[in-house]
Amino acid sequence: MLQDKRCPNSIGVWGWLGGGRWGLERYLYTLHRLTGLGILLYFILHILVTSSRVFSEKAWETWMGVFSSPVFKIGEFLVYVAFAYHAINGIRLILIELGFSVGKAEEPIYPYKSSLNVQRPLMIVSIIVAAVLIAAGGYDFFALAH
Amino acid sequence: MTRKLQKETDITFHIRRYNPDVDDKPHWQKFIVHVEPGMTVLDGLHQIRETQDASLSMRYSCRMGVCGSCGMLLNGRPALACNTQIFDIASKALTVASLPNFDIVKDLVPDLTPLFSKHISTYPYIVRDDADEMLNPTGEFFQSPDELTEYLQFTYCIKCGLCMAACPTMATDPNYLGPQPLAQSYRYTKDTRDDGFNLRKKVVGGSHGAFRCHYAGECSNVCPKGVDPARAIQLMKRELVLDYLKLRKHRTKSAILGKPEGVKRRPEIPEAPCFTKE
Ligand code: SF4
Ligand code: FES
Repeated sequence: MLQDKRCPNSIGVWGWLGGGRWGLERYLYTLHRLTGLGILLYFILHILVTSSRVFSEKAWETWMGVFSSPVFKIGEFLVYVAFAYHAINGIRLILIELGFSVGKAEEPIYPYKSSLNVQRPLMIVSIIVAAVLIAAGGYDFFALAH
Repeated sequence: MTRKLQKETDITFHIRRYNPDVDDKPHWQKFIVHVEPGMTVLDGLHQIRETQDASLSMRYSCRMGVCGSCGMLLNGRPALACNTQIFDIASKALTVASLPNFDIVKDLVPDLTPLFSKHISTYPYIVRDDADEMLNPTGEFFQSPDELTEYLQFTYCIKCGLCMAACPTMATDPNYLGPQPLAQSYRYTKDTRDDGFNLRKKVVGGSHGAFRCHYAGECSNVCPKGVDPARAIQLMKRELVLDYLKLRKHRTKSAILGKPEGVKRRPEIPEAPCFTKE
């Protein structure tokens, strides 16, 4: 008879990161989730902080004072990095999820090639575009100090 | 693939053991295995069972990558034990554990029940409304070779569960259907003999269905049969989106080809036997 007792073996959030010998797309997947969560966190903070204006001008100015420190400047830049990556990678994902750039079903012949190979040029282009956006943003943030 | 010539040597197998009768949680155990060139991980496990510890449990059947029973986590990566040469993944030591994202029954035996029940939930068979024709066929359903190619790749699935173990979405959402069932739902949807998309879309278009996939692509990386579930899932999403936008082309299911007329049966070909089951 089959044993009733089972040992749960789900790897949870660790599964997003994997064991180290994984494909690049998995890390992009994880980064997409993390940047998404980061942007959400920023969005909530943003709503809270801007809503302080409702209470008094002073509250607003105190908060703005806090956020003008260099730490927050870097934080703001990180939000921008997350946004740039999430937006560009998101476009790649939308294209893929609509069935573009994954290729047609084909006879599997060893060594197997998969849809990952087909979409790789798109992936590389999107990473380059994201990197350019991040570099341009960085220049704007830090070199052209406002 | 060129393979380095390897000499026989001792390799340490670190095996994740779990016995439901005595253990609360899994633990690692070390075995030294004398490995010769050509030995698969499954051969190594057999050697341990024969010479060191007969209580080691694993599941296998065909020993040639066909039955899909021997999926395990080898050096942190889901693979078929019978399809993996030890020297391809280890020169001194390797780790062997039960497939993640599935409960462990014992040692290296995962409980694949969720895979099968999710698979069944996606109607993985030809669905048609002409039940009479299905039970008492009068001819074959027409399908061209091109139509066959559109889904043939996905028919090679051996239900080994490696893709489910590798999927990061499965890791945090146990209710997610997963790559194997989703790929099979596309396989049948694309089959011109089938007419079951409207049934299937309720399951695969749901909140734990195809749209939980964000293309980490690991399923396709680990699949031992080149099924490429990641591709099937994206193509399924396209069908679902087109259907939602009412842009999905209506496809009439394959016509039934009548029996050939005006030809004589060759005498050496016997009549098909009668049905043995009503
Ligand atoms: S799709 Fe590939 S990895 Fe997944 S169950 Fe089928 S054969 Fe195994
Ligand atoms: S024993 Fe059948 S696939 Fe490995």
